[in-house]
Amino acid sequence: MKNGVLTFSSMPSLYSTGVTAGPLEKKKSVFAEQFDKVYEDERCDLPTNEHGHKQLMYDAVMIALSKEKKTIDKIDFFLTGDLVNQMTPSSFTAHELGIPYIGMFAACATSVSSMITAALLADAEQARWLIAGSSSQHNAIERQFRYPLEYGSQKGATCQWTVTAAGAVLIGQHKEGNPSICCATVGKVVDMGMTDPLNMGAAMAPAAMETLSCHLKGHKKTIDDYDTIITGDLGSNGFKIFKALANESGLSHTKNFRDAGEEFYGNDPSFNAGASGSGCSAAVFLSDVYKKLQKREYKRVLLIATGALLSPLTYQQGDSIPCIAHAIEVTMDGVSVN
Amino acid sequence: MISIYITSFIVGGLICVIGQLLMDVAKLTPAHTLCSLVVAGSILDGFGLYEPLIDFAGAGATIPITSFGNALTHGALAEAEKHGLIGVVTGMFEVTSSGISAAIIFGLIGALLFTSKGNV
Repeated sequence: MKNGVLTFSSMPSLYSTGVTAGPLEKKKSVFAEQFDKVYEDERCDLPTNEHGHKQLMYDAVMIALSKEKKTIDKIDFFLTGDLVNQMTPSSFTAHELGIPYIGMFAACATSVSSMITAALLADAEQARWLIAGSSSQHNAIERQFRYPLEYGSQKGATCQWTVTAAGAVLIGQHKEGNPSICCATVGKVVDMGMTDPLNMGAAMAPAAMETLSCHLKGHKKTIDDYDTIITGDLGSNGFKIFKALANESGLSHTKNFRDAGEEFYGNDPSFNAGASGSGCSAAVFLSDVYKKLQKREYKRVLLIATGALLSPLTYQQGDSIPCIAHAIEVTMDGVSVN
Repeated sequence: MISIYITSFIVGGLICVIGQLLMDVAKLTPAHTLCSLVVAGSILDGFGLYEPLIDFAGAGATIPITSFGNALTHGALAEAEKHGLIGVVTGMFEVTSSGISAAIIFGLIGALLFTSKGNV
């Protein structure tokens, strides 16, 4: 039984990344300097939040392509997702790009689920070049999942802040010296009965733990094989729970653990428990982590993006919040350990 | 003279504390908290308890959203006395119509003049 465990024998490589972010991220994110493009306007000077959302993704793709001097017509597949109803920002981006498109939805775990799918297509030699990524825009997503901004609702300490950011990565066949995807683990949906949509970190932590255990067991790895194990957007509250779960399940230490959501705004208390949104993990993985891999500060990393699979309707009807986590292993080592 | 300011501040503040506790301790959503306070005001008036509170605390009792519930019941009961059961239906928005109209009109003006921002 595969149990969601995947190995990519051809080790598809990451060639370039594009990361875009909004004005608040420019001012407040600790990763701001590493983003390729930041906007002065949260709608990217377009009439609506959703138009701005689309522009974030579009520009991220174009930046990733321009770094490798690739043109749109060379790209075989475009795999991306977001959190808006029916994922219109992603689909509208795909329309503008004109690349064959598969919409991906795993909530905030989309950054990794799209990379896994891209790696599968590359490994199966069904594509030469692919773009994977995900995005979120604060105003559009707050309206989608919580309250419209105009409502001015209070937020609690466990609440996270949806980032305005997009990340896109160009993936192709293996190239020596590039960060390469050697294996991955597709997560199961985990539901521990949490019902508070303002505390998604706590709901997602068990899913991250489940996928981490599956990945370590399935690939016969230990946490010491990784320079870092970075989760997507658990936030400070969820990250604490995740580390406690890791200790409970017998992992000796969590010193190489990071969480993109916790770090994103530098523990600024105005953001409560930190950052979230499908752009959060994409922006951090494809800027900070990617650059550290290129500089060989990291040789092997495990990216675990986590997503809460609720809809406003399900939680209004009293359903608990099912969560998922997908893991992908990226390495600078030429030969897979497997 | 000064004591009415103090009592209204304390009573209004206590109603807000109840609202905050409903959100922080009972984990109600803002919308549920709002509705609970409206219903509480409405029930209190049904038992004739909200008017004495207004006499005692003035704006401390009329400004919080509980006062809206009070006004709903108040209008309904007043009309019911005049027109019987049908008055409950027609009277409910008798007193509150100014508040509802103001919310719509000022909402419209706000939406026309301003654009929402996501800054902290």
